[in-house]
Amino acid sequence: MSERIKGELLGTACPLPLADHPQIVLGHGSGGKLTSDLVRKIFLPAFSNPYLDRLDDQAVIELGGTRLAMTTDSYVVTPIFFPGGDIGRLAVNGTVNDLAMSGARPLHIAAAFILEEGLATSDLERIAGSMQAAADEAGVSVVTGDTKVVNRGKGDQVFITTTGIGIIEKPVAISADRARPGDKILLSGFIGDHGIAILSQRENLEFEGAIESDTAPLDSLVAAMLEASPEIHCLRDPTRGGVATTLNEIAARSKVGMEIREREIPVRESVKGACEILGLDPLYVANEGKLVAIVAPEAAPAVLEAMQAHPFGRDARLVGTVVAEHAPLVLMKTEIGGTRIVDLMIGEQLPRIC
Amino acid sequence: MKYLDEYRNEEIAGKLIREIRRIQTRPWVLMEVCGGQTHSIVKYGIDNLLPEGIELVHGPGCPVCVTSLELIDKAHAIARRPGVIFCSFGDMLRVPGSECDLFALKSQGADVRVVYSPLDCLKIARANPDKQVVFFAIGFETTAPANAMLVWQARQEGIRNVSLLVSHVLVPPAITAILDSPHNRVQGFLGPGHVCAVMGYEEYESVSARYKVPIVITGFEPLDLLEGTLLTLRQLESGRAEVENQYARAVTREGNKAAKQLIFSVFEIGDRKWRGVGAIPESGYRLRPEFHDYDAERLFEVQGISTEEPAICISGQILRGVKKPHDCPAFGALCSPEHPLGATMVSAEGACAAYYKYGRHLKEGVR
Repeated sequence: MSERIKGELLGTACPLPLADHPQIVLGHGSGGKLTSDLVRKIFLPAFSNPYLDRLDDQAVIELGGTRLAMTTDSYVVTPIFFPGGDIGRLAVNGTVNDLAMSGARPLHIAAAFILEEGLATSDLERIAGSMQAAADEAGVSVVTGDTKVVNRGKGDQVFITTTGIGIIEKPVAISADRARPGDKILLSGFIGDHGIAILSQRENLEFEGAIESDTAPLDSLVAAMLEASPEIHCLRDPTRGGVATTLNEIAARSKVGMEIREREIPVRESVKGACEILGLDPLYVANEGKLVAIVAPEAAPAVLEAMQAHPFGRDARLVGTVVAEHAPLVLMKTEIGGTRIVDLMIGEQLPRIC
Repeated sequence: MKYLDEYRNEEIAGKLIREIRRIQTRPWVLMEVCGGQTHSIVKYGIDNLLPEGIELVHGPGCPVCVTSLELIDKAHAIARRPGVIFCSFGDMLRVPGSECDLFALKSQGADVRVVYSPLDCLKIARANPDKQVVFFAIGFETTAPANAMLVWQARQEGIRNVSLLVSHVLVPPAITAILDSPHNRVQGFLGPGHVCAVMGYEEYESVSARYKVPIVITGFEPLDLLEGTLLTLRQLESGRAEVENQYARAVTREGNKAAKQLIFSVFEIGDRKWRGVGAIPESGYRLRPEFHDYDAERLFEVQGISTEEPAICISGQILRGVKKPHDCPAFGALCSPEHPLGATMVSAEGACAAYYKYGRHLKEGVR
């Protein structure tokens, strides 16, 4: 079927909201197509405003000549302690990173806790401790918060929501709709570590050499990149849904195509092996300490160099190019020289990893 | 990665493709039997590396896709029961039955769990002695040993709250059904590597001889598939028709004797309905009478459920290799992995889903 006929069919399709899903299914939280359906069909119509409509991971608000970035995120990971981190560290780093992806310097964080009756207080203490350690690392303070307790069985140990604000001090304009043909696609390091670390812990899968979550605050990496060049057009941390979902979102928002090379995408041997066994594609596996940058071609070498000089960007690579053709498809040159489409994930790949 | 990167080498792939081009004198239609092979072909873009005249049609070897609507409805009826923990491989959760899929049942409160191994069900059964644990035992011969092991061990240990909803299908009867079809276009087969790792390839020799058709048992990595294609082509171009084993690192003629022994101590051969194809005689496994206590269809009395397939989608013709996903007017529009109309769009191994995920753009003039 041609793209045109398909478009017409979709265009005339009845826009009944989520007719096929009278109930929320896990896939609605996957960060893929179902999540974006939920946002488009329920949240955007309900809340629509110029800030939200941009659909970035953070809102940028002008306030008396100052540009502030604001974001919020909930963390529901199981298990709450995992190799390389815990839910507390994740909750701080995730919000720090969402702020950093607008070019902001993160300042303050609010934290809300939903605790399940029966949670060990020592566990909560440990989580709070690692949140403070992560906050110190990123130079932010937890300035306000809230606590609720729910009946046993009505939660899963602990859910944390963090909200952050940061300040954009540089004259940058970073948004998912700013990718231009010719721009280079940079990836800050090995992908899939977080998702596989969580999954192997949750399912008691033992792989040679423990795989650790990559959870890390990326604000200093972004600062170093912006120092190298302000010509960074888009920044995203590929969390839920992985690099594939992030690239698809940027391609769709910017109305461009993308071409990436499988060979350039760094995946650890252990993660590759785990993915082979579990039938997963590392491109769709969550990361918590990586970023994708879309950078003007002339700025790419300097930005890449700045990334590689930073501890959280040591393994950064140039993985592809933004093109004018085949928008909004992301195509990948495969290892053996074939071409395939890297599509938006439909529903769940891993249930609830972050 | 060791033992995988060797089979994904671009240089060797190039050599195999050049050799395929060199020996090919006319168009040929080959079928890769397994869903896993289809997946690799589109994932690595192998079909568009092959010369024009070689058409790969996608076979019926995706177990999720061929599981009949009727059996899925039975699964749903069981999963809805209070006190049931319904376990399944992940892919099966999205397969639509007549009303909904297992994900939707889960969101309505059914206890549906994804397991990575059938033996996980034993752990779940031990931990939940007051619940009935049902495993949806789908698959070809490949998954049969592990599924057989579940009931075998359950009986050894005296665990009584676990049962199987059996939907096992067999490859040789499916190949024969394709070859018997008056619309058959397939001239050579890339045979099912993993099925043969269990069963061996002896039983394919009579099929190859009777229908004078080359069958090359083939692996799942890009170089396996290219070499399997080359070997099939060599046979076709020289007028030979025999069984060859490309996947010798995993497959022997007699297969895995211990696994086969286990299969036949638990299962026997019976008729089976295939989604989109219909009933094929002696094309599946069912539990032997001595294991009827572990047969979920009997335990939950769902034998009476009978469902006819809807006529909307052409997945039956796609499974038989008569048509390709692009030939379907619903493909990519009314039917997508998000809202699958038919079986082949459901599983990641299904031909339509694979086309949608990896190859959708190719026939649309992008490249």
